[in-house]
Amino acid sequence: MKIYDGGKILIGIIIFLLVATSPFSYNMGKASVKPEPKLDTPEIQKMEKKQCVEPKEFMKAEHMTLLNDWRDSVVREGNNVYIGLGGEVYNMSLQGTCMKCHSNKKKFCDECHKYVAVKPYCWDCHIPPKEN
Amino acid sequence: MGALFSLFTVLILVLIAFAGVKAGNLHFLFGVVIPYAAIITFITGVIYRILKWAGSPVPFRIPTTCGQQKSLPWIKHSKIENPSNTLGVIKRMALEVLLFRSLFRNLKTEIREEKVVYGSEKWLWLAGLVFHWSFLIIILRHFRLFVDPVPAFMHLIESFDGFLQIGVPRLFITGVILLVSVAYLLFRRFFIQQVRYISLANDYFPLFLILGIGFTGILMRYFTKVDLVNTKQLIIGLFSFKPEIPEGVGVIFYIHLFLVSILFAYFPFSKLVHMPGVFLSPTRNLSNNNRTKRHINPWNYPVKVHTYEDYENEFREKMKKAGIPVEKE
Repeated sequence: MKIYDGGKILIGIIIFLLVATSPFSYNMGKASVKPEPKLDTPEIQKMEKKQCVEPKEFMKAEHMTLLNDWRDSVVREGNNVYIGLGGEVYNMSLQGTCMKCHSNKKKFCDECHKYVAVKPYCWDCHIPPKEN
Repeated sequence: MGALFSLFTVLILVLIAFAGVKAGNLHFLFGVVIPYAAIITFITGVIYRILKWAGSPVPFRIPTTCGQQKSLPWIKHSKIENPSNTLGVIKRMALEVLLFRSLFRNLKTEIREEKVVYGSEKWLWLAGLVFHWSFLIIILRHFRLFVDPVPAFMHLIESFDGFLQIGVPRLFITGVILLVSVAYLLFRRFFIQQVRYISLANDYFPLFLILGIGFTGILMRYFTKVDLVNTKQLIIGLFSFKPEIPEGVGVIFYIHLFLVSILFAYFPFSKLVHMPGVFLSPTRNLSNNNRTKRHINPWNYPVKVHTYEDYENEFREKMKKAGIPVEKE
């Protein structure tokens, strides 16, 4: 079979191949490390029952929704009391409640967020805890 | 008929993935084997189609143009609509590929007061344009799950796409636009009589398939949620040739992945191949230089000629005897 305008066709095919295989070539030679968020802060070590405001599975999937609801509740409705499943009372506060235990933002929040390229805008307003 | 057939085909595909992963436990098949097969089919299929097109000779420029050809100096030449050189062709092609220039000229025909009237019809152009651009941005956005470390421009795309900051995870504008525009493209086939008449199953199938991909994607991001870290691990495994099946990836992800694999495998054998095809459209990619350059038809039959010189050489003696004048003695 004769190919007409072979040069232009070849350039087109090369561009197509480069684009179509770009995820493969980008990952070439790069070792991806699975994130391991750490829970070993002094505050958590002190707790008798290591339990967040909701069960772990819920927090894993829905923490962003919970934080968003907390923000709306505190900022728009002036209500900052959160009652957990077992009747525990929490103060709805990112800096005061969440980060009190999870004071290791870099090893807790950023570990996964960085891996999946999520940039939450919490820290546009809030002050992240001081870490070394 | 075609619409229902396509809808049920997509639903059956969803069921196959659901049953295969949920009941059959075929995670490796749906998470690794089928995606690789789809990528290979896509790449080889597209190259095959391009080579097949390239095998067709285009002996003569096809001047379906919308502007004045290059002519005498005082006649204004329309350089983009009727290009006379490669630079003009590149500009025309860029307008076509990036802004769908020729679809912008779309007209509709109606009978009003027993007369045929023509009117401007820009909705198809608008829906088509925003659909394609949204799809492109969505694919680019997915790179955050394809590669590690994620390049910085990904954050830029996401911050623009999610700048409304509606809800958490942030609502992506392109996701909404994609579903709305695909719905328009689908309803157009249902409710415009003439379009409905010419619509076939292979027109409906990609639309339902893309709707299915969009729905499963949106479900995963905003509603049912998947374990993103494990999901990314699976995808990174695919793209670095170290396939693995991590625990705890939801079945909805496998459905999404299966539909995407079907889309890519179906791509080279369907109307979707217009993606590379637009670059090989003879009416768009050839400059109109029919009058300035000689184009030789490659399938010209080699004509056997017998010149007068040969003729005379053959019959010289006989011609002389008959008294016919000859050029060479």
